[in-house]
Amino acid sequence: MTAKNKELSFETAFNQLEEIVDVLESGDLPLEKSLAQFEEGIKLSRICTEKLEKAQKKIELLLKDSKGNFKFEDLDSDDKEEI
Amino acid sequence: MVFDFEDFEDINFKRKKVYSVSELTAEIKSLLENKFFDTWLEGEISNFKHHYSGHMYFTLKDKDSQIPSVMFKGSNIKLRFKPEDGLKVLVFGRVSVYKPRGSYQFYVQDMEPKGLGELQLAFEQLKKKLESEGLFKKEFKKNIPAFPDVIGVVTSSTGAAIRDIQNVISRRFSLSRILLAPVRVQGNLAPDEIVKAIELFNDYEKVDVLIVGRGGGSIEDLWSFNEEKVARAIFKSKIPVISAVGHEIDFTISDFVADLRAPTPSAAAELVVQDKNELISQLKSFEIRAFNSMKNLLVENKNKLAGLMNRPVFKRASAPIEEKFYRLDDLLHRLVSGMKFIEKNQLEKVIKLKRLLSNLRPDTRIKESFGKVLNLQKNLQAVFKSILNEKDLLLSRLMGKLNVLSPLSVLDRGYSITFKLPENKLVKSIKKINPGDKLKVRVTDGTCECEVLKKTEVNK
Repeated sequence: MTAKNKELSFETAFNQLEEIVDVLESGDLPLEKSLAQFEEGIKLSRICTEKLEKAQKKIELLLKDSKGNFKFEDLDSDDKEEI
Repeated sequence: MVFDFEDFEDINFKRKKVYSVSELTAEIKSLLENKFFDTWLEGEISNFKHHYSGHMYFTLKDKDSQIPSVMFKGSNIKLRFKPEDGLKVLVFGRVSVYKPRGSYQFYVQDMEPKGLGELQLAFEQLKKKLESEGLFKKEFKKNIPAFPDVIGVVTSSTGAAIRDIQNVISRRFSLSRILLAPVRVQGNLAPDEIVKAIELFNDYEKVDVLIVGRGGGSIEDLWSFNEEKVARAIFKSKIPVISAVGHEIDFTISDFVADLRAPTPSAAAELVVQDKNELISQLKSFEIRAFNSMKNLLVENKNKLAGLMNRPVFKRASAPIEEKFYRLDDLLHRLVSGMKFIEKNQLEKVIKLKRLLSNLRPDTRIKESFGKVLNLQKNLQAVFKSILNEKDLLLSRLMGKLNVLSPLSVLDRGYSITFKLPENKLVKSIKKINPGDKLKVRVTDGTCECEVLKKTEVNK
């Protein structure tokens, strides 16, 4: 479960969390299912927070070299990364 | 004197030069050409034909007259708008004669629309054309993702647009990777570069949303974003495109064809770059809401259980058994006293049996289970407490915010809370109640009970 959650995008995790909170607040679930949802919700919230900690501030240039490979360059520096 | 008609004719023929058709035509041609070169002419276009050779043939007319006109390919290729029937124009050129037909024509070297400027007309014409092809239709508009992983930007690497986007990012902390395809945003080369950059991002595939635009400028500066090829590239892009050209007041063809128009490049960035702090407080409020509903659910269940335990059926259930116990005790007593020679250990066995039997009494078991449930709840509460402690600082801050939103302060403002009777359940949706249901309504200083007469659903 944890490994699977790690691959979640922020958007998916965030939306799932919101759904869980809505369901919990509606009070329509039995106690045990509520508890499971609650735990899942807390997990999702941690994942989202973790992802937020890694927020970026830079802009990269997307270029294509002569061989047609994509190349990245920081807008304000000479760092290069090739894929 | 006798008037000799023939003599008169003879004399005249001798005086006048006799032209050939070609000579006369040539003379007329040179007369007209010498008189009407570099001439401005105003009129309305009719019978417009754009020949496959590239030349344009049309008639310029006003109320009473008309002049056949031609604009050769070499001249008309520079036009940004398309001449069409009914268009009032101002043309510059010369008059000449087409000798094979002996007809005079106006040879147009340059043309501009009357009233509208050339660029406005070109804008209106392209807008009309693309609109009639359906390129602006809502059904083609793609959704802009709220949390894109990768944002592609097509603009100049040195212009105002990228600086504005950078400012937004440094203020908000981007969750997304931002890639820029640097292009020229004005001049003859700009449209092709913009088209190529949009295609580059589409080739790269991993981009979730595109921002295409530039900072403010004159209509000529922004013109690349009114070019047909740029508009078509934006329409064709599989990645959703936000157009962000110039200022709030500037509208370009790109804006109409894009999936979303942002009034400025900064606004475009704000649409897709989320504010980290805002997201964090949203996450915390999710946690608090989840925690509160969990707590409410547990308290509710505990109260229900306590209520059940107090129901007479549980209290009475043990009565017949208790009676049997008394009988058993009595029997044992008589047994013990009646059989004086009974061995001690045998007696102990009986007492043990009695204890076992007593363990089976339902009221004892219920009490035990109740205790277990209470223990579970204690454990759960301990778990929540540790979560709470962990978040203590944050929570107290957010609780302050929550207080403002507390239902009591809402009640003070004149709102009310409705519960469904008899279960006393909070009513959040009209779907949960029906006519005839009894409701309890809580206002700020009291409650009242009511019956539902009629219900009406409201579509939100």
